[in-house]
Amino acid sequence: MSKQEQHWEKTRNLLFITLAIWFVFSIGIFLFGAEMQESSIRPFGYPLTYWFTCQGSLAIFVILIFWFAGRQEKIDDEFGFTEREGEQ
Amino acid sequence: MIKGKFIDNLPKIYGIYTGGFLVFIILMSIAEQMGMSAKMIGIFFVAFTVLIYALIGWLSRTLQSDAYYVAGRQVPTVFNGMATAADWMSGASFVAMAGGIYFKGYGYMALLVGWTGGYVLVAALLAPYLRKFGCYTVPDFIGTRYGGNLARFCAVLVLTLASFTYVTAQINATGRIASVALDIPFNIAVYVGLASILMCSMLGGMRAVTWTQVAQYIVLIIAYLLPVFWISNNIGAGFFPHFMLADEVARIAELEGQFGFAKNSAADMATVPKGLAQITKAHSSVNATPWAFISLAICMMAGTASLPHVMMRYFTTPSVRTARRSVGWSLFFIFLLYSSAPMLATLSKISLMDPNLATGIIGKSITEVQALDWYQNWNQAKLMFVSDFNGNGTLELNEFFMKGDAVVLATPEIAGLPYVISGLVAAGGMAAAMSTADGLVLAISNALSHDVYYKIINPKAETAKRLIVARVLLVIIGFAGATIAALEINDILGSVIWAFDFAMSGLFFPLVLGVWWKRANAAGAVAGMLLGLGSGTAYLVWVKWYAGAGFLGITTSTFGLVGASVSLVAMIVVSLMTEAPDAATQKMVDEVRIPSGKTILGKQ
Repeated sequence: MSKQEQHWEKTRNLLFITLAIWFVFSIGIFLFGAEMQESSIRPFGYPLTYWFTCQGSLAIFVILIFWFAGRQEKIDDEFGFTEREGEQ
Repeated sequence: MIKGKFIDNLPKIYGIYTGGFLVFIILMSIAEQMGMSAKMIGIFFVAFTVLIYALIGWLSRTLQSDAYYVAGRQVPTVFNGMATAADWMSGASFVAMAGGIYFKGYGYMALLVGWTGGYVLVAALLAPYLRKFGCYTVPDFIGTRYGGNLARFCAVLVLTLASFTYVTAQINATGRIASVALDIPFNIAVYVGLASILMCSMLGGMRAVTWTQVAQYIVLIIAYLLPVFWISNNIGAGFFPHFMLADEVARIAELEGQFGFAKNSAADMATVPKGLAQITKAHSSVNATPWAFISLAICMMAGTASLPHVMMRYFTTPSVRTARRSVGWSLFFIFLLYSSAPMLATLSKISLMDPNLATGIIGKSITEVQALDWYQNWNQAKLMFVSDFNGNGTLELNEFFMKGDAVVLATPEIAGLPYVISGLVAAGGMAAAMSTADGLVLAISNALSHDVYYKIINPKAETAKRLIVARVLLVIIGFAGATIAALEINDILGSVIWAFDFAMSGLFFPLVLGVWWKRANAAGAVAGMLLGLGSGTAYLVWVKWYAGAGFLGITTSTFGLVGASVSLVAMIVVSLMTEAPDAATQKMVDEVRIPSGKTILGKQ
C-alpha cells in the first residue's frame, strides 16, 4: 500500500470516529429525550435533556472539532503531508 | 500607533475598535442620564455602527480578483472564526431564536443542536478539502471536480435558490430594525438596510466583507451577552447565568403548573394582532417526539454543510490546516451566542411571569399593565398585546401576547435596564442581519460573475471587466432581494429554514461525494443536484400549497430529507451506470486528499 493510501485510510478512520461521536450527541441521545429528562443526573441542576440541547451537545461539538483537527494534523505530519510555511 | 502590515496588526486594531465601542456605550449612557431621548439613542447606535462598517468597507476596496473573491487568502484562523460566526448568525439567530425558544421550548431547540452540529460535518467532510482545491466559489469546485459547464450551472442554480431565499429574510430583518430604531416607514427602511449592506461589500468584495464581519461580530456578541448577564444579576438569578439558572427553570415549571395553559376561543383570538402569540408550551419539558426533534436537527446540520456562503469563508484562510482549525473557532464564537439564547428566554419568561419579581405582570390588574411605559411602546410597535378575555380584570397567562422578536428586543426594557441597552441590542440585531446578508449577496453574485459570466459565457474577460460585472450583479441581486423583502411574504425564520432544506437537497451529496467517492462523475452529480432539488421542492409545494398529507412525518421545515435522499440515490445510480471519471480527475481527487503541495486550481 502506498504512502498516500495509508494516509487516506487513517484519515478515513478518523472521520468514522469523529462522525460516531457526532452522531451520539446530535442524534443518538435525543432518541431518549423523555427518559433522560427524568434522570437523576442534573448538570448544574438543569434537567438532563434540557441541558444537552442548551449547552452540552453544543460544547461537545466545539471540543470535538478541535480534537479532530489535532488528530488530523498528527496524521498529516506522520506521512509528511503537512504544508510548508508559505506554500499555497 | 500602527506600524507594518494590516494583517500583522489585527489584534491591536480590533482591540482598539472594541475599546472604542465600549467607550461609545458609556458615553451614550451618560447622555441618557443627561436626558437624551430614547429615540435619539437608538438612532445614534444604529447610525454610528453602520457608518463604521461602511468605513471599513471603503478602506478595504480592491481591484484584484484574489482579494475580491477570497480576501487574498490571508485571513488568520481566529479572525476567520469571528467573521464566519457573524456570517452565520443571521438576524433570525439574533432576533428570533430566543423568542422561538420562549414560545416553543424543546422542539424548537433542535435548531440549536442542528446549527452547531453541522460544523462537525463542515470540518470533517468538506472545508479542508475545498480549501486545498483553491476555488473561488462552491460551484467552482463542482465544475472543476466533475468537469463540464452543466454541473457548474446546476450548482449555481441550487446556490442561487437557497441563498436568495435566505437573503430576503435578512434584508427584511435589517429593514425592520432600521424602521424601529430610525423611526422611518418599513418600505423605506428596507432600502436603507440595503444601502448599508452594499456599502460593506461592493468596493472590496470578500476582503471588505471579512473585515466588516469581524467588526459586526464584536458588536453583536457584546449586544447579546451584556443584557443576559445584566438581567440575571438584576433579578438575583446568579452572576453567571449559564450555570446558575436551574432554580429559575424549575420555578417557571412550577408557575406554569399554577397558571395552566388555558386555550383562547377563536373569537377571542381574532382580536389579537397577527403574528403575536401566548405561551402554550412548557418551558423545559420534552415536548416533541424524538423523530420531530431529530429530523429537524439533521436537516439543519446537512444544510449548514451545504450553504455556500459559509463554505466560502474557509477559502480565505492561508492553508488547509488553518481552514480546519478555523471551523473550530467559528463554532466556538457561535456557541457563545447560541448557549446564551435559552438563558435569555428563561430570564425573559421569569421576569414576566413571577409575581414575586417587581417586573412580573401575570396576575396584575389589566389597567396597571396597560399603564406601563414599556408595554405602551411595544404595543404601539405591534409586538405586544393584552386583553381581558375572561373579564376578571386580572391579566392571565393566556391573555398576554407577544411577538417572538420581542423577547430579545424588549426584555432589557421589561427588566428595567436603561434604554442604552435597548439601543445596543438594536445595533446588534442590525449587525447580525447585515453580516449574513453581505455574505449571501456576495455568494450569489460571485457565483454568477465567476462561474456563469467568466467560466461559461466569456472566458477571455479581463480581471477589471470581471470585477465590474461582479459589482453590477451584486447591486442587482441586492435590489431584487430588497424588493421581495418589502412585500413581507414570510416570517423571518420560515424562509431561513427553507434555505437550509434547499441547500441540503441539491448540494450536500454532490459536495461530500466529490471528495469522498472517486467514482462519482459529472452525470451523477448533475442528476443528484437536479433530482434532489426538484424532489425537495416538489414535496414542499405539495405539502404547503396543495394540502398534501406528506409522509414519514416530514414537514415543510424538513423537506430536505426527501431531496437529499433522492439526490444520494440518483447520484450513486447514475454514476455507476455511466463511465468512471478519467484518470486525470481521479488523480485530482487524490491530490485534494493531502494537504501539502499546490492547490488544484493554482496548478492549472
